[in-house]
Parts: sequence; C-alpha cells; structure tokens
Amino acid sequence: MTAPTTSGARSTASLRHRLAERGIDASLWLMVPALVFALALFVYPFSYGIGLTFQPGLATQERWGGGVFANYVAFFRDPFVFDSVWITMRLALPAALFNVLASIPVALVLRRKFRGKRFMTSVLVLPITLGTVLTAQGLLIFAGRQGWLNRTLMSIGLIDEPLQLVNNYVGVMFSLIITGFPFAFLLVSSYLSGIDPSLDAAARTLGAGWWQRFRRITLPLLAPGLATTFILTFVLAFSVFPSARLVGDAMGSTRVMSLMAFRAFGEQNDYAMASTIALMMGVVELVVVAIVLAWRSLFYKGSTGGKG
Amino acid sequence: MSALDTAGSPATGTASPGRPRATSRLPGERSLAASPSTWFVWAGMAAFLVFLLGILGAVVVDSFGRQWFNTWLPAEWTAQWYSGSWERFDLAHVIGVTVGVALTVVVLSVLIGVPAAYLLARRSFPGKRLVNVLFLLPILMPPITFGIPLATVMYSFGLGRSVIAVVLVNLVPSVPFVILTMTPFIEQINPAIESAARMCGAGMRQVFTRVLAPLLVPGILAASILVLVRTVGMFELTFLVSGPQSDTLVVAIYRAMTAAGGGEARQLISAMAVMYTLTMLAMLVVALRFVNPTQLVAQVKDARDD
Repeated sequence: MTAPTTSGARSTASLRHRLAERGIDASLWLMVPALVFALALFVYPFSYGIGLTFQPGLATQERWGGGVFANYVAFFRDPFVFDSVWITMRLALPAALFNVLASIPVALVLRRKFRGKRFMTSVLVLPITLGTVLTAQGLLIFAGRQGWLNRTLMSIGLIDEPLQLVNNYVGVMFSLIITGFPFAFLLVSSYLSGIDPSLDAAARTLGAGWWQRFRRITLPLLAPGLATTFILTFVLAFSVFPSARLVGDAMGSTRVMSLMAFRAFGEQNDYAMASTIALMMGVVELVVVAIVLAWRSLFYKGSTGGKG
Repeated sequence: MSALDTAGSPATGTASPGRPRATSRLPGERSLAASPSTWFVWAGMAAFLVFLLGILGAVVVDSFGRQWFNTWLPAEWTAQWYSGSWERFDLAHVIGVTVGVALTVVVLSVLIGVPAAYLLARRSFPGKRLVNVLFLLPILMPPITFGIPLATVMYSFGLGRSVIAVVLVNLVPSVPFVILTMTPFIEQINPAIESAARMCGAGMRQVFTRVLAPLLVPGILAASILVLVRTVGMFELTFLVSGPQSDTLVVAIYRAMTAAGGGEARQLISAMAVMYTLTMLAMLVVALRFVNPTQLVAQVKDARDD
C-alpha cells in the first residue's frame, strides 16, 4: 500500500510490479475496446458538436449578431425557438409526475398475492413493446373524431360533439402516459420489492395503520427510488419526438425542442443551429435532474433524520 | 430471493404483508380489498386497459378492414393490406435490415461491454470514477442531444444513410446499457471461483472461456434481449442517420405516416404497425422467460435487522 508511493531509489520492485499494486496491469486491456468506442462515438462527436455551436452560419450571424455566439443569441432571442423550451416542459413535467405518482398505488396493489397477478403485470408492461409510432397510429384511429372513444361517449350521451383528442396537446399527453407509465411502474415495483417486508410487519405489530405505515416507512424508503424513476421517466418524456409530430400539433402547442432541433438538422441543414438546440436540450434536462436530486437529498434527510 | 418468497416464508409468519388475510387482523389493519382507495386504483387500471385495448384493437381492425368511416366496424374484411404494404414498402428488405442491424448491435455491444463490465466490477484502477461517468452519460442524456452531433460527424465522414451508420449510432446507448446491467451481475459471482481457477494454473483467457463465460450466460442473455428490443424500437437515433436503403421498421412506419401529400393509405400503415408489434411481442415473450422485469434494479436484502 505504501511502497509504490516512495521514490524509485528505495524500492526494489520492478516498475511493472509497482504499477500492478496501484491497479494498473495487463488486464486493463479489457477496457480498451469500450474506451475507444466511447471516445470515438461519444466524446469526439459531442465535442465536435459543441465546437460547431460556435461556428454559426452566415444567415444566423447576419440576422441575430453576436459573433461566434450568434447561435445562442438566436436560441434565446427567437421566440419561435425559445418557446419550445416551455412547450417541452409543459408536456414532459406533468407526464413524468403523473406516471410516477400513478405507479405508486398500482405497484402497492400489485405487490400483494392474488389470482391473475402475473397477467396484470404483463398487461401493464405490454405497451413497452408498442413504441411511440404504433401508439400514435392507434391513438389517431381510436381517439379520432370517428373513433371508438368518441363514438362510445356520444352513444351513452356524455357529449354531443366529438371531442378533439388528437392532433393537439391532449393527444401527445395520452401517448406519453401510455408509453411512459409501464416503464415507471416497472421501476417503482422493483424499488418496492427491495424494501424489507419485515419493517412493515414490525410497524404493524406496533399498531400502525396503513396510512401511517405508508407515510412513515414505505414512502421514506421509496423516496430515493421515486426520484430516480422520475428522472428516468422525465428523460423519456423530454425527448418526445415521433408522437409530438404524429399525434400532436407540430407547429403549435406541441412544438417541442427535439422537433425544433430536427427541423434545423433535416430540413434547413443548419447543423450549427441544430447542435445548439440539441445541446440546450441537454442543459435544460440536466437542470431539472439536478433540482430533483437536490430535492431528493432534502426529502430523504427530512423524513428519516427528523422523526426517527 | 424474490419479494414473494420472503413474504411467504414461515419466518415472517402471519404478519406477512404479502398475502391477504381475513381471519387474523391486527390492530390498525383494514381489509384492503374493500377500501375505496383500492377500488380507485382498480378503476384507474381498468381505464388504462380500455385505452390500451382500444389502441391495439383499432389498429388491428383497421388493418383488416375496408371502407371504415362512420361505423363501429368496417363494412368489409380483407387481408389485402398486408400483401399490399409488404410490396409497397419493400418490407422484406426493411425487416432484413432491422434484424441485421439489431443482431449486429447485440453482438458488438456484448463483445465491447462485457470485458469492460468485468473490470469495473472486479478491479479498482486510477480514473475508474471518470470511466463510470463516461459510460453513464449516453444513457442519461436525451438521444437527440448526442444524436445530432454524431449524425453530423457521420455525414461529414460520408457514412450518412448507410447501414454502418445505423449500427454505429445504435451502439452508443447499447454498450453503456450492457455495462450497466452486467456490472452488478458480475459482482455477485464469487471471486473465489476465479482465484481457484488461477491456482489450478488457468490463464486469463482460460478463466474467461472456461469459468466466467458459462457463469455469465444468463446475464449476457438478459442484456442481449433487452438491447435487441431497444434497438428494434429505437426511433430517434436511427431516424437521424438512416436513408431509404437503411431504414428500420419503426422509421419506415414513421416515414409512411408523415409522407408528403397526405401520405399513404391508413390501412397500409396499420398493417405494417401490426407486423411490428407482433415482432416486438414475440421478443418480449422470449425476454420475460429469462428476465424478471421487476427485479432488474434492486434485489431484496437477505439480511434482517431483527
């Protein structure tokens, strides 16, 4: 432990031996393919993209000024682009929040033993296979003006006119919940199965009701897992792209950031601006993730340290 | 091992929360089956189910129907949309590309990821935290954020719209995913087994092929199936670099739905979507035979405090 830190004059061990003691030996070659892969396909393109954001096109420079920062000036000044941040947030935050909150009671109920439990779990997980594109196609047919949903609601007399449920905000929200909920449910129930049931049993022996047990035992233990689930579901909902285009209103209420980035990339061939929007997407997402993580550490301390 | 086994074991006895009980009710205990909150949950699940069945049913019915406008069901039934979309979109080629890309990505990401996962699980070396962060970033970032710079690089190297580009782009989230799922799996294999093999004179290569590989098969299988499902379902990254000759099935459906000038007949797309779902469903059924999804993240601690 101490020998390799001393100077070479005193140590009689070979260089190879000293390196091995610090954890550097031939077996590190196993890491090389993965490192080469990460550098070539992730680090290099990503830094290239960051460099690209500081090389604005001539048109952008002329219109927005700001020299090398023209792309960023355009991003913050152009309301057509900048509003997409709020549009994305208005979709992704409620969707992720709903998915996490709704999966807590469902996971709690499905944790108990009953007939058909395996079937219920499989059905709830099924939409993962559908993917956003099929969900979009199904929603367009099922919830469209002539679809079964509107037809049923009209024939039982709840509404007179068909509801507009697709090609707007509601349609994208439906699609986010249908694809995101199974994922949140899977994660929450796996975190739930990691909580030792004997803690709950002990609380029950001491006379705690189910709300007390949930509030004082299950929830604090589950909170870190819930935060992680929220982050992962948010990441999924945040990069919504096909459904925003297919069941949403691509130029209006569901003009999300990924659509704007793709528009700059595929339609305008403005790679610099596309990279800027993509990078800002990452920044916005990181901000939300950081807030959730900070909140998690607060919440977690508060409920175990204070009352324990 | 699983939550249910622990709950049902005699160690926890009658106070087990895992099973409904009518006879021995403890203080503060209510029958959950009768409480309104439970009914609320069941109602929510039923609503979700109705939507799910509606969406699936609508697509399936649409793909078999003809002249479905203002009625509950189509006027006539036909299977011609399937043969129609098969020819119209050259689905033999598209499915060939999809399967080829997915299998290549699985093999490559296992070959690259498993050795790295082994090192991360067993060794400590300088810069290990940095390496960990490096492999975590592609999973945490929105795919578009690294996808657009990556696609720009691909196009500038002249790889745009080629199958190679599609494979490379899909490797970016897959390799970290394999590393992330395999590291805990390798950690739970007893290192004494490897030491014993070393003592008996096995070299690094022999330890890997004779000792580790057989033990790792279940984990590799699970990770491979998940990567396969993810790659077949991956839309954003594939869409950024693929062209007509290298579209996977999802991207082909999307392109058909957004085609300029009103697009293709809706039923053609529905037929294609049904075929896609059947493929995914088959893979998921196979996957669920090997992986218990609710146990992927955390495992019940065996140790008890009491």
